[in-house]
Amino acid sequence: MSINHKIADALIRNKVEFVTTVPCKQLAGVIELVDSDKRFMHVPSNKEDEGMGLCAGAFMGGKRACIIMQNTAIGVTINSLVTLIQYYNIPLPMLISYRGEVGEKVACQAEMAVHTKSLLDQLKIPTYHFHKPDDVNELDGILNHAFMAKKPVAVLMDASFWSAAQ
Amino acid sequence: MIRSEVIKSIVPVLEGQLVVCNIGLPSQELYMHHDQPSNFYMLGTMGLASSIGLGLALAQKKKVIAIDGDGSILTNFGTLPTIANNVADNFILLIIDNGSYGSTGDQPTYAGRKTSLTAVAKACGCDTVIECQAEDTAQVLRDALKSNRMTIIVSKCKSGNVPVSVIDLDAPVIKHRFMEEVRRG
Repeated sequence: MSINHKIADALIRNKVEFVTTVPCKQLAGVIELVDSDKRFMHVPSNKEDEGMGLCAGAFMGGKRACIIMQNTAIGVTINSLVTLIQYYNIPLPMLISYRGEVGEKVACQAEMAVHTKSLLDQLKIPTYHFHKPDDVNELDGILNHAFMAKKPVAVLMDASFWSAAQ
Repeated sequence: MIRSEVIKSIVPVLEGQLVVCNIGLPSQELYMHHDQPSNFYMLGTMGLASSIGLGLALAQKKKVIAIDGDGSILTNFGTLPTIANNVADNFILLIIDNGSYGSTGDQPTYAGRKTSLTAVAKACGCDTVIECQAEDTAQVLRDALKSNRMTIIVSKCKSGNVPVSVIDLDAPVIKHRFMEEVRRG
């Protein structure tokens, strides 16, 4: 089974029905899968903070929600994470393509990569780094943890992890 | 009419409805005029009332009214195409357009100058967009609730504020009582 299918199945097992996405090249496969899989309500966002608003609303409406985005989005969502998601105790799994790590082809991506973990640490957001294909098996527990703790959690999926999805 | 008077005028229409209200003075005015557990007050995060409202409307069947402002729509401009392309017929977006950033001291917005949010919403693909004068807001909102069609209302009112107190509810309490109302049969 492909990594993309394993991600989608872990979301379903954890009753995540509402998914919003902002594209990244590494995420193309999982976004396509979420869009075509009728078990998900997929609402693409134009910007990641908008997506966090959609997820907060969906959660309050009774649907577990998650956002799929690139790590550069941490730079644009800090206020939404702090004053909406964390302030109101809203669970939000963030599946994040971790651009700018070893294997990256676009130099600029390395600039945000060096800040990603320290920003998440500063925000006290539980963060998990998927580097090897088998790390995907941790996703069930991480999703369960996010909804139990009613917190945002970040899953950083790097180029090495995604290369196994090909 | 100024925004506070518009909000006061729609209180009878909001009774018992799920309402997501914009940050700052709009939420404080709604809290002052008519607090109810089915009001979700935004205490932070400018611009996301319409997104929260749409997510809520897509996730469940009850009607949802998001009360937003021209300034916060401009802040989260990407929301209008998302709304247009993900139609929820239980969703009403009421933009109280006073042409200014009221909560921060009435600085003028572009919506009060050359930019028409009504035209923008239509250009984004929203099918039912109604611009009205402040005095007609309650009736337009009442009609929109009856229509069972996703509706964007742009209510044109005057700039200006009245003294209001802060909302003395904790954020998780606001969320908790709101979600109980969502679940109520």
